[in-house]
Amino acid sequence: MSKKLVIGWFTFTCCEDSTILFVELMNENYFKWKEQIEFKHCKMLKSKNEMGQFDVAFVEGAISTDEDKKELEKIRGLSKYLVAIGSCACSGYPSAQRNDFDEKTKKEILPVLKNYNLWENVLSLDKIVKVDDNVPGCPMTTKKFMEVLDKYLKLFEVV
Amino acid sequence: MHKIDFDISIENLSKIEGHADLDVSVKDGKVKDIKLRITENKRFYTQAVRGKQASLVHQIVSRICGTCSVAHLTGCIETVEKIYEIKPSEQTLALRNLSLYGLNIRDHAMHLYLFCLPDIFGKDSVLEFEDSGREHELLHKAFDVKSAGNKLGTVVGGRSVHAPYPTIGGFTKLPKQEELKALTPELKKVREDALEFVEIFYNCNFEFIDPDPEYTALKNDDFGYLGDVMCSTRKYCIPEEEFLKYLTKKVIPYSQAEGFKFEERSYLVGALARMNLNKESLHPDTKKSAKKYLSTFPSDNIFHNNLAQAIEIVNCIDRSIEIIDKLELKEEKRPGLKLGKKREDVGVIEAPRGTLYYHLKVNDEAKIEYANLVIPTAQNQVDMEKNIGGLVQKRLDEGKTKEEIRKEIEMIVRAYDPCMSCATHFLKINWI
Repeated sequence: MSKKLVIGWFTFTCCEDSTILFVELMNENYFKWKEQIEFKHCKMLKSKNEMGQFDVAFVEGAISTDEDKKELEKIRGLSKYLVAIGSCACSGYPSAQRNDFDEKTKKEILPVLKNYNLWENVLSLDKIVKVDDNVPGCPMTTKKFMEVLDKYLKLFEVV
Repeated sequence: MHKIDFDISIENLSKIEGHADLDVSVKDGKVKDIKLRITENKRFYTQAVRGKQASLVHQIVSRICGTCSVAHLTGCIETVEKIYEIKPSEQTLALRNLSLYGLNIRDHAMHLYLFCLPDIFGKDSVLEFEDSGREHELLHKAFDVKSAGNKLGTVVGGRSVHAPYPTIGGFTKLPKQEELKALTPELKKVREDALEFVEIFYNCNFEFIDPDPEYTALKNDDFGYLGDVMCSTRKYCIPEEEFLKYLTKKVIPYSQAEGFKFEERSYLVGALARMNLNKESLHPDTKKSAKKYLSTFPSDNIFHNNLAQAIEIVNCIDRSIEIIDKLELKEEKRPGLKLGKKREDVGVIEAPRGTLYYHLKVNDEAKIEYANLVIPTAQNQVDMEKNIGGLVQKRLDEGKTKEEIRKEIEMIVRAYDPCMSCATHFLKINWI
């Protein structure tokens, strides 16, 4: 059996636009990817997901809770490489838009933040863990994504 | 009957859009509590749009959701146009319909063929489908249908996710006539595939009958996603002018309710509601090809939401082919944006998962002062929790195991096609 790239696909605070695009990229690439990629953790496609060693973790979304921070750190610990997918993961925005709310609006949302244990400020992934590659865009730039994926397929000698 | 106590906790429900957990509590063989916890973190769009130009805010709210972004875009644009008292041209409406048809083809196909199909084949994922034979063939067809929807959305809107071209009063850039026409052969090819999937969902015997539900949806002549009249199975019809009153008096209080404490009948929005209320308005070709399957409706089987979506894909294809055939694109001057007397209105469209309401208020400078949205998934949440409870009780009485019940819960949640990225924007304050 030929070597496969072992990946995890994760989402945090976001609208999952890049995940939807990833699923649309499958229209043209699924059968090729199935030969090349082991989807070890991919909630969009399967219920039986494993948290194990990943060659590459693709992470969409920004971080806004203690729970998500812990989860991100766990993913980082299990992955040889980590790729930030989309604008929220790379820059924090637009999920971080509330970081810039005026004082009056921040006061208004404070009870909700407390209720749901949301941080006062939403952070991009690189504020928490080492990020090896960025695929910016809202949604992610598919050309850049394919280049990054190709880079890792070559690095791990799958292609 | 066995008098048993147990809890089922499903974390990170899979093969749905967004993040949610489900808790079920059983005491003495009776379902005591069902809680669908939307764990999607809030991003505060209803606050974020305040102070933004009404003419630009649609690009912000598009980012509420990655899969139904075009619905948010269109709902917001429609509301702002109503405030500005702009009437979109025939061409704009045709293109808007095309973008919504593209959205529904793509989104329904993802939900049905990638999320739900594995359940029918007794597998956890399409990744487990055979590498040859029928399952392999079906997967090829699944991606072909999705691709056609994706391309339609891309040609019309500039991108299928967060489309850049739709704007107030029209489009910032029109598609090329040849690009539109080039979609027709592919749409015709995937029509056959889509019908094959309708047959599969028709033959699927998953069943849970909603006891005495009410359905509501926009009613129109073309089974499209735009419309001016809201109807329900109790035969009341709300015209557009009454939407705001209807929203504040019925829709919002209903969605805030605790599942088991709610006194009135629950109601349901989405493809099942649309099919139950409006199937006569399907495209004639769809009605002809889907005649056998349409006799299923009206139906109270929640799993027929999937069959309804599968038929809607065919309608979207047929309507799109017809529009593309007749449409002769010409450059149009978009109307100027000048505020009249109005400062507030409600726009309503049918998103893939059901009726979406946008309530906006602007100030004299045409900046957003207030925004509230009512999301289809939030409206279905009461019905969902009630029916999950009903399903669990039924299976308990039949002596099913905890593991079997857990699997069925996931299947019924999937049948509702919930969108958590959207639903988290509706603040439901009762379920702490």
